[in-house]
Amino acid sequence: MSVNDFFSILPAILFALFGTALLLLRFDSTRFYVIFLTVAEVLAAVALWRQSDFLGLTGFQGAVLVDSFGIFVNAVCLAAALLCALGAYRYLEGQDENHPEFYSLILLAQAGMYLMVSGTELITVFIGLETAALSFYVLTGFLRTNPRSNEAALKSLLLGAFSSGLLLYGFSVLYGLTGSTHYPRIAAMLSNRIPNDPLILLAVIPIILGLLFKAAAAPLHMWAPDAYDGAPTPVTAYLSTASKAASVALLLRLVLGPLHEFRPAWEAIITFAALASLTVGNLAALTQSSVKRMLAYSSIGHVGYILLGLVAGNQTGIEAMLLYLLVYTLMTTGAFLLLAGMSHDGVIDFRSLLYRQPGVALLMIILLLSLAGLPPTAGFMAKYMIFLSLIQARQYWIAIVAALYVAVSLYYYFRIVREMVHQSEEPGATVTMSTGWRAAVGVSALLSLALGLNPEPVLAWARSAIR
Amino acid sequence: MIFLIATPVFGAFALLAFPRKLSWWIAILASFATFVQAVALQFPNTIRHNWIPAIGSQFLLTVDGISYLLVVLTGLMTLLGILASPQMPRLFYAMLLLLAAGCHGVFLAQDLLLFFICFEAVLIPMYFLIGIYGAEDRRRAAFKFFIYTIVGSVALLVGFLTLYLQHATQTGIYTFDLSALLQTRLSPGTESLVFWAIFLGFAIKIPMFPFHTWLPDAHTQAPTAASLMLAAVMLKIGTYGFLRFSLPLLPKASLDSQLLATLSVVAILYGGWICLGQTDWKRLIAYSSVSHLGFCTLGIFTLTSTGISGSVIQQINHGISTGLLFLLIGFAYDRRHTRNIADYGGLAKSMPGFAAVFMLALLSSIGLPLLNGFVGEFTILRGAYLVQPWWAATALIGIVIAAAYMLSLYRHTMLGPVTNAANSQLPDLSFREWLIVAPLIVWSIWIGVNPASHFGIISSPVEQIVERLHP
Repeated sequence: MSVNDFFSILPAILFALFGTALLLLRFDSTRFYVIFLTVAEVLAAVALWRQSDFLGLTGFQGAVLVDSFGIFVNAVCLAAALLCALGAYRYLEGQDENHPEFYSLILLAQAGMYLMVSGTELITVFIGLETAALSFYVLTGFLRTNPRSNEAALKSLLLGAFSSGLLLYGFSVLYGLTGSTHYPRIAAMLSNRIPNDPLILLAVIPIILGLLFKAAAAPLHMWAPDAYDGAPTPVTAYLSTASKAASVALLLRLVLGPLHEFRPAWEAIITFAALASLTVGNLAALTQSSVKRMLAYSSIGHVGYILLGLVAGNQTGIEAMLLYLLVYTLMTTGAFLLLAGMSHDGVIDFRSLLYRQPGVALLMIILLLSLAGLPPTAGFMAKYMIFLSLIQARQYWIAIVAALYVAVSLYYYFRIVREMVHQSEEPGATVTMSTGWRAAVGVSALLSLALGLNPEPVLAWARSAIR
Repeated sequence: MIFLIATPVFGAFALLAFPRKLSWWIAILASFATFVQAVALQFPNTIRHNWIPAIGSQFLLTVDGISYLLVVLTGLMTLLGILASPQMPRLFYAMLLLLAAGCHGVFLAQDLLLFFICFEAVLIPMYFLIGIYGAEDRRRAAFKFFIYTIVGSVALLVGFLTLYLQHATQTGIYTFDLSALLQTRLSPGTESLVFWAIFLGFAIKIPMFPFHTWLPDAHTQAPTAASLMLAAVMLKIGTYGFLRFSLPLLPKASLDSQLLATLSVVAILYGGWICLGQTDWKRLIAYSSVSHLGFCTLGIFTLTSTGISGSVIQQINHGISTGLLFLLIGFAYDRRHTRNIADYGGLAKSMPGFAAVFMLALLSSIGLPLLNGFVGEFTILRGAYLVQPWWAATALIGIVIAAAYMLSLYRHTMLGPVTNAANSQLPDLSFREWLIVAPLIVWSIWIGVNPASHFGIISSPVEQIVERLHP
């Protein structure tokens, strides 16, 4: 193993080392677990940052590629992991389940996601995906005495195994067609095939479906609402952001790399999945009485918006997807973490929160405005870029449908705001959060606002990431 | 100019930092500072900074005569709104100040994306002002207002984006700069598509008939200061948008839009007709706004310099007179806690000062010569008559209806014997209340007696618009 190999997966090594170390070490105070995780995240962030000087570096005979795209998505996952871990500490204390394994699993999942995002070889990405998925199954069921949490873990395990099988089947067909698992080689071997070759379809359809499953896009979303609802809320925040970002990154690497010439084969599936996600996510969220479940459905809707960037397929579209992933991660993590601090999570429990805890309520309002995509928040900028790419690609009808769903989503997000401004004497749910937790929510809410007022830095970053 | 946006925002945050007892004074200070800056604005004048170079959006603010008048109106109304609401929570003042900042942004921005963001951003404080501090049915009204306008803004955004992309395909430059987009050539089909998309956004905001149904609910439920801002400032965003964007950017499609002048005439009559049957005086004034805004849009869609200048003056007039009426209704509501016309009667006996100011506001609203309303309505009617005599003739009926419902309102509330014992002992206007109504009375008479000073301010921007329409 040369230095190059080592350096190309340095963040993953850090995650894995610190993750396994956490399993072995026993600290006197549980607080050290979070500090330990933070140290790992900071070191990994430095490693990612150092990698940006060595773009184009490959490791392990081309199995891993260091490029700005990978760094961008990994940074998003890193932010999600850090925010969730900060929020999870007091939450788990409250549930009496604060064990070092939790933080260890977060780090191990991240190591897996690093390989998903940066891998350019089928087996590597599959191993990464499975590592991440296994960690997520355990994290979902981390509240061992809570039947809902166990049910969620079992459900996502069974359906996740099914989707992994589907994905692996697609990979094996691709290998059979080309005799290689390396992306560049696959691209070269496929170059003499016509775009709608039936054998290509046999490989592309299971791969796309498997990845859409992981990203929780409709019509393969069935597991997501239950898993998100049953999982401990900080895990929901992590699962619904980082895991989605990594799956979308893996999808993008495949469809813009080796499968780029076969757009006719996957375009219809992606378009259908995007529209179906918008429809299912937004319409199902309308009638939910639990905010956690509402956000779970709405996150399916957000995947729809993200996929629309791929439907447009132009440079603006991909840029918009990256921007959306970042913004989505910030606002969704913030909203779920805030929800984790509430004693009850019904829409009705938000009643008169603005008068009881104005600071918390204001943060939630910013996050909801951003989720709904209203200016001047970052959510607007992200949606705006998606619409822009669709109109550029002359997909007017899809743009109009997507725009109408913004109005629908506004309705259910503002149901919460309506409850918050409702003055009432009866005591509602209270929000209790530790300082780090509060900081995590605050940072994500303020960034959601600041990136709307000045989106230039992230836009420039996203643009450089796909060059 | 940037301080017009920065000062209220800063004030809103300062409110949170200081003790609650001082919040009213801080809000007054911040809004007064903003108002002074608005009045002292030099025009024409432009500031330009890079904002999001990645998508060609700039922080571009420009002030000309039309913007100047509207910005001064916004500044004044914010100050009066805050003066009229002592002892409110900090959040209330913060929201009013943020609203003012957003409205200033709307009236100054000449970058389409910046305009759109401000256009949307004003909704959020208004939602909370109505939703939190409104009357009994506030949450439904706020929600209706919000959803209505959002639907319009989505259409507006689609229109703006189409323009932006058309410009980029022709020149290769991605920009939202209004002056650059003026050079874009559009095919007639696209031009009319963009025109109607933008029209929908602005028409809901004004609101034009038949998109007006959110207005009476929002006005009736809103607290006094919010009603004031809504009527005097926010309804002008739509008409301002027509003048600033629709007409100059899409002159050909604008020339084909005779239908809109007809719709305006319908709004004048319909709004007035509905007023005749109202029992809630806040609702009555809200419907009268539909009718008055009909005059403003009629003036715009005559597409002549007379009509457009009249429309701009009428927008200011509507701000002054309807603002004054809402303030007075607010004062009465503070004393009696009812908006029902039947609960009042004979107020002139107990509150002679109040009744006198109310009379002046009514007369200015109806359009009596020597007061502001007459100047605007007369100029618009003259413009309309030159283009299409029957528009003017029909709109004239609207003025007669206005006189009917306004004077009937006055008779039922102010004149006659005191029917309700609770009305006999009401205190007259206090010093603070006189202070609030005084600037509006002065401005109203000033426009009525010396309209030339105001027409002078707006003549050159209006000429530019007409130049675009009839080159």
